[in-house]
Amino acid sequence: MFNIFVRSVFIDNMIFAFFIGMCSYLAVSKTVKTSVGLGIAVIFVQIITVPVNYLLLEYVMKPGALVWLGQNFKDVDLSFLSFMVYIATIAAMTQLVEMIIEKFSPALYNSLGIFLPLIAVNCAILAGSLFMEQREYKSIGEVLSWGLGSGVGWALAIVLLAAIRERLKYNNIPAPLKGMGIAFIMTGLMGLAFMSFLGIKI
Amino acid sequence: MNIFSSKNLKLLTGPLNLQNPVTVQILGICSALAVTVKLKPAIVMGISVTVVTAFSNLLISLIRNYIPPRIRIIVQLVVVATMVILVDQVLRAFVYDVSKQLSVYVGLIITNCIIMGRLEAYAMGNSPWPSFLDGLGNGAGYSMILIFVATIRELLGSGSILGYHIIPQSFYAAGYANNGMMIMPAMALVLVGVIIWVQRSFNKELIEKD
Repeated sequence: MFNIFVRSVFIDNMIFAFFIGMCSYLAVSKTVKTSVGLGIAVIFVQIITVPVNYLLLEYVMKPGALVWLGQNFKDVDLSFLSFMVYIATIAAMTQLVEMIIEKFSPALYNSLGIFLPLIAVNCAILAGSLFMEQREYKSIGEVLSWGLGSGVGWALAIVLLAAIRERLKYNNIPAPLKGMGIAFIMTGLMGLAFMSFLGIKI
Repeated sequence: MNIFSSKNLKLLTGPLNLQNPVTVQILGICSALAVTVKLKPAIVMGISVTVVTAFSNLLISLIRNYIPPRIRIIVQLVVVATMVILVDQVLRAFVYDVSKQLSVYVGLIITNCIIMGRLEAYAMGNSPWPSFLDGLGNGAGYSMILIFVATIRELLGSGSILGYHIIPQSFYAAGYANNGMMIMPAMALVLVGVIIWVQRSFNKELIEKD
């Protein structure tokens, strides 16, 4: 289980290995403070939605998963609905997180602003659930550590990029490359650096 | 009313350069880079995204006056998810091997920012036909970048295009080697960065101010 966590943070990192969640990653990484906030929000949503979607998959959608309703449901296969179910769970959960943050930390709510509802369409969250389905994790514990790990990996990546971008202000970058161009190239270089974690096993 | 008036044509051609969804609006990067190691999945992905964008734009535009604003994101997600399920089933039925290569990225079309962005910015406020064209144009702009990056990566990384070997054997005999860097995920990002650089040095108005 710890191995899954470490793998998902460093080796199968959402950003550097799969390019997932790039849109908000590039848009929000201008200052460290907001990116820390968004990172925490993503981790939080991730550790709720991935296990919930896992339970839905195991007990509702898989072929034969509805057996607990009676033998008549033995042949029901709802797995083609998985995209729809995942996205509905995610949209509901982000709504919840948004309300909680608004209530308990208005400052964070203001600085995250438009990006909170956008977590619902953040690829990283949906990808967490899709990879969970594809990799066929065995138990709820493994699923939980994958959800936590992928969220932490994403948060780590966005905070690192934000820190670098804050420093970039003092550098002399060619005008057409300013902003997005250099952010792309830097993410590429960071991806290369993260490849050095390949092969770590615990 | 002319269905291909100059205003409508602009909807199609704008996203190819000055309004390009990937390099200018920075939307939909997530999937754009992961599927570009080989050309074939990139083409399939481009077509899928174009179809989903165009038809969900059309559908949302048709029902835009009946959607309550508070729950519009959910409605949009449901429409997009339905389209993606259709595309996914079609891909699994007809090009199973490519569908396996694309793995989760087909499902991720749902959260592709291009689609949500166009629905919010265009389809919610315009009539069906221009919205459909807008979807087609943005899909085409996305596919263009995908195909461009994939061609470079497959040619330099594996020495082939669409699976056919292009670089002659005599080159390898003379000491040429495939660039293994190009297959790594990181190079896709660097390539897009370079494309942005080139595009912005030709179109000065796109350069970001401090």
